[in-house]
Amino acid sequence: MGNNNHRLSGIKKWGFKKSPWVFHLSTGSCNNCDIEILDAVTPRFDLERFGILLVGTPRHADILLVTGVVTVQALPRLLHVYEQAAKPCMVVAIGACACSCGIFDGGYHVVGPVDKIIPVDVYIPGCPPKPEAIISGVVKALAKL
Amino acid sequence: MRTTIPIGPYHPLLEEPELFRVVVEGEKIVDIDWRTSWNHRSIEKLAESKTYDQVIFLVERVCGICSTSHPIAFCNAVEDLANIEIPERARYIRSIVAELERIHSHLLWFGLAGHYIGYHTVWMWAWRYRELVCNLFEQISGNRQSYAMMKIGGTRQDIKEEDYSRILKTMDELEPKVNMFIGAVLDDPVLLARLKGVGKLSKEDAIKWCTVGPVARSAGIDVDIRRDYPYAAYDRVDWKVIVQEDGDVLAMAVVRLLEILESIKIIRQCVEKMPQGPIAVEVPEIPPGEGIGVEEAPRGECFHYVRSDGTNCPARLKIRAPSYVNIPCFRSRFIGERVADIIIILASVDPCYCCTNRMMRIDDGTGERTLTEKDLLKLSWEKTERIKNKFKGCSRSKLLE
Ligand code: SF4
Repeated sequence: MGNNNHRLSGIKKWGFKKSPWVFHLSTGSCNNCDIEILDAVTPRFDLERFGILLVGTPRHADILLVTGVVTVQALPRLLHVYEQAAKPCMVVAIGACACSCGIFDGGYHVVGPVDKIIPVDVYIPGCPPKPEAIISGVVKALAKL
Repeated sequence: MRTTIPIGPYHPLLEEPELFRVVVEGEKIVDIDWRTSWNHRSIEKLAESKTYDQVIFLVERVCGICSTSHPIAFCNAVEDLANIEIPERARYIRSIVAELERIHSHLLWFGLAGHYIGYHTVWMWAWRYRELVCNLFEQISGNRQSYAMMKIGGTRQDIKEEDYSRILKTMDELEPKVNMFIGAVLDDPVLLARLKGVGKLSKEDAIKWCTVGPVARSAGIDVDIRRDYPYAAYDRVDWKVIVQEDGDVLAMAVVRLLEILESIKIIRQCVEKMPQGPIAVEVPEIPPGEGIGVEEAPRGECFHYVRSDGTNCPARLKIRAPSYVNIPCFRSRFIGERVADIIIILASVDPCYCCTNRMMRIDDGTGERTLTEKDLLKLSWEKTERIKNKFKGCSRSKLLE
């Protein structure tokens, strides 16, 4: 049994590394980080050549890309999405907002940075981080496996 | 039978959280409702705790795509309040940056619109040429987005002489591509059939719903802040306001594409005419008073109001972003349309949802309220507290009576 489990996790790991699917979730961003994520899948950076695919539902995702501070209204949704995502699931916090609240720290509608709510694996600082930085962050997330 | 289709708040089609409830009868749309504020970051309130210089960085982050429109509108407002006249060179730099932003924003929109109607090549192409503008921004300001170029009394950074040629070269590269896009839109019979007459906005409705920017201009309303309330260097160069009559999705696309050409024209003239001199003036103490600033953002009029009480932080900042004004016109544009057209009509106003997130809901006046676990705990604790206070100092035996 133990062996089987191990083997399964080996296959899982292989699949995960070769073709991670990402789901993007904005919990209170200014749109810039979101645009840079989209930028990363368009011709100049072309993330898809590494097998990385932007998917439309957290249930299919291996990696959650979270942008923006967590607002009061987005908080239950973030938890919901995190619960829906199949585990193991990596969480990448993109941008100064998601990492530390950035300039919005102290707002009345701001709960906190993402890692206050759910565990975060990789932080990508920058406001907004360049697509190169996002790609390198996702690659680092894969290396952690 | 009526069915409600919820779109959002986290929907694969929308980049940002936003909720539209579309009510349909069969294929026909009969009603639409809109919920917002998942992205509300309390910017207006935060601005009151930041100095004028810091607020510029804050309003830059109202919206990532218009990340120079909000700072310009805010600077205009403070300059109006304190009667500051900015140097001539700063005016030209402001115009160049704002027009570059318009180009990248319109290309971004065009790409997404193409994607939404199944022209994926258009998406990839438009975003590829948008990269030219992003590269230019990276060279001029050091960042691809959020350029931090504006400052009260002028600009924070100069555009160096050696960058002029690069700007002009990029414009030369872009112009034929934009012309190709225009040709592709106007000549393609499929696109015409798909977009013509869809999501029509009549001139009366455009006025009734107070639309601004390209949405209003596509419905035959000749407004443009750049011409009507000139700021930066727009009254010093030659360009024209693009107006179309039809008010449908096609007209909106045409307005935006033609505007890119006008922007290219403005940038070329600005680079040619750019005067020498300082890029900013010394800013005096901000006196008590009020000021308003407007700017024609890629999506329409962006309005900022600033009140000062003489301290170094604004006493009040009010922001009116264009998307917030444009989205309500969906009410008149959606009803009677087909389900398959929902997404392109949504996209046609180029909505930027983070600009529309204006409030925190405490009580929506319907009497409906959702109590979370935290609320229930709080209510329970408060009740205990009240009882405690009531019986303060009473002995146990008296309590039991
Ligand atoms: S990190 Fe910067 S660019 Fe990203 S969402 Fe926050 S404010 Fe916008």
